[in-house]
Amino acid sequence: MSKFQVTSPIRSCSQLTPDIIRVSLLAPTIARAARPGQFVMVAAGSSRDPLLRRPFSIHNVTADGEVVLLYKIVGQGTRLLAQLRVGQSIDLVGPLGKGFSLSPDTPACLVGGGMGIAPLLFLAKALCSSPRPQEHAILLGARTRDELAPLVEDFRELGYPVHAATDDGSYGHHGFVTELFQEHSTPAHEVCVCGPTPLMAAIARQCLQAGNRCQASLETHMACGLGACLGCTIQAQGGGYKHVCKHGPVFDANEVLWTI
Amino acid sequence: MDNLNPSPDLRVNIGRLELANPVMTASGTFGYGREFSSFVDLDRIGAIVVKGISLEPRAGNPPPRVVETPCGMLNAIGLENVGVEQFLVRKLPFLQQIKCKVLVNILGDSVEEYVALARHLSGHQGIDGLEINISCPNVKKGGVAFGTSPEMAAAVTAAVKAATDLPVIVKLSPNVTDIVTMAKAVEDGGADGISLINTLIGMAIDATTRRPRLGNIIGGLSGPAIKPVALRMVWQVASNVRIPVIGIGGIGTTEDAIEFLLAGASAVQVGTANFYAPSAADTIRQGLADYLSDQPEESLGELIGSLIIEDGS
Ligand SMILES: Cc1cc2nc3c(=O)[nH]c(=O)nc-3n(C[C@H](O)[C@H](O)[C@H](O)COP(=O)(O)OP(=O)(O)OC[C@H]3O[C@@H](n4cnc5c(N)ncnc54)[C@H](O)[C@@H]3O)c2cc1C
Ligand SMILES: Cc1cc2nc3c(=O)[nH]c(=O)nc-3n(C[C@H](O)[C@H](O)[C@H](O)COP(=O)(O)O)c2cc1C
Ligand code: FES
Repeated sequence: MSKFQVTSPIRSCSQLTPDIIRVSLLAPTIARAARPGQFVMVAAGSSRDPLLRRPFSIHNVTADGEVVLLYKIVGQGTRLLAQLRVGQSIDLVGPLGKGFSLSPDTPACLVGGGMGIAPLLFLAKALCSSPRPQEHAILLGARTRDELAPLVEDFRELGYPVHAATDDGSYGHHGFVTELFQEHSTPAHEVCVCGPTPLMAAIARQCLQAGNRCQASLETHMACGLGACLGCTIQAQGGGYKHVCKHGPVFDANEVLWTI
Repeated sequence: MDNLNPSPDLRVNIGRLELANPVMTASGTFGYGREFSSFVDLDRIGAIVVKGISLEPRAGNPPPRVVETPCGMLNAIGLENVGVEQFLVRKLPFLQQIKCKVLVNILGDSVEEYVALARHLSGHQGIDGLEINISCPNVKKGGVAFGTSPEMAAAVTAAVKAATDLPVIVKLSPNVTDIVTMAKAVEDGGADGISLINTLIGMAIDATTRRPRLGNIIGGLSGPAIKPVALRMVWQVASNVRIPVIGIGGIGTTEDAIEFLLAGASAVQVGTANFYAPSAADTIRQGLADYLSDQPEESLGELIGSLIIEDGS
């Protein structure tokens, strides 16, 4: 599998909320090779502090070679990234990891919470070419309207109906995406979930009971993203460890020991 | 302007081990080479030191295993590895196809385990030397790390030397009071070279949750933060032993590598830098060639240990 290190000029960036940013980077080699669910390692500046790259899901790619990221400012690295402007560059390594694998003619149910929505847009776009796209269900949740509404629009533009939920009830269903899942998923759905661990664990459990195949995209701290440091471990079902950057980030939910 | 020295000679020798250039990659930071084949021309670096290998596979420590610190990182991987059998079957074939030298980093709980590993790893095309990681606890001696006792370090060195014809490099732990005593002990044990430093033991605490940030509570500090300690130890050791020294610790740029060579290292290993700059080893190799082409020295060997210390002050 081809991986690239690319100094990528920022083509555009937009601030969806004071702390959620979408940035488009020109990185044609990565854009061409990327599959939904894969990620890139991003250098937040060129100094030695912070030292390590930060992992971000590939939110979207464009036909003219852009890689789009969606991220939330949560600490030093994301704060530095947010200061960069159009014309400046960000160093990317990718595409990395194992993405989602869906059979084209099975209906899919995409479940996203918060920044976990990021990889699902790229996946939803890929699913547009499936024979019956209207059978797919898209369920998205976040804390507030501000965080969720702009993202829901992207999926609607692709032609999908979207079911939304917010913690504060300011947009869509008042409550959790797990409740939407009970309502809108069918036994035929292949489920793809990305979001906070409690959400993924709950969906994985419901899928296990209902017999749905479920894939979950996991997060850990990563030093390399390349399968070299062995730092990105999660506990595997049946004992032992798996490495998120190499065996994942997308796992069959049955491979993962859900501890929450 | 013409270069003084258009095609500098970067070759160095570590005992019988001849390297095309002094840039190696450090154990545990470069996988088994293949992981970096998209970023580094593996035929052009000096040597790869693969992830530490034990007799039996090891699962490693519970997560979280890595945490970032100012200009560095702590790791508590717990020596996860595939074990020597799987290494030979699954990892060695790829390493046999590349031109650079390959050293296998070995670790064990007892002298017998190190010896068994040395025997297993000898006589294979594609394995050019061993690097003994003596930062491991000796379970037969109450868990005291081999690397903190001069006697145990010398004993394991001598036993491995007797078990193999491969060049044997001993990798020193910096977590000792007197690094020179350790270095002399492994030199007396018959080591062909010394590499240093391994990680410095450290710790990180989350003040909000009041919990340690690593699953293993303590871990090894690496990266630019440890470079001054590593340079000091390399200089002290190189000034006091006759065998070649390989400098490790926070090397990420050509200038870093030159500093270690000046301090007396015959070669360097790039570690944590591979994580944030996956082509670092290639960049540094090219950087050393460019640097030397502007210097009066014709070969890299002339640079080694040429630190200038003015008399008086
Ligand atoms: C495969 C993968 C894909 C990801 N995709 C996205 C994405 O599309 N959009 C997005 O906003 N974020 C994503 N993340 C999380 C993102 O990597 C972290 O938010 C980022 O590294 C934080 O960097 P920082 O320097 O700003 O924060 P730091 O100062 O490093 O940390 C701030 C806080 O965030 C926590 N944190 C840091 N890194 C991680 C991590 N890797 N996983 C979980 N918690 C972490 C820390 O424990 C701390 O509490 C992804 C993570 C992974 C592993
Ligand atoms: C994630 C990680 C894993 C490591 N694994 C090993 C190992 O298996 N054996 C070993 O001798 N040293 C190991 N080391 C130590 C490095 O080889 C090196 O000595 C140390 O990191 C200092 O160099 P640096 O600052 O350039 O990283 C590891 C270091 C890191 C960061
Ligand atoms: S992040 Fe280094 S092995 Fe996964």
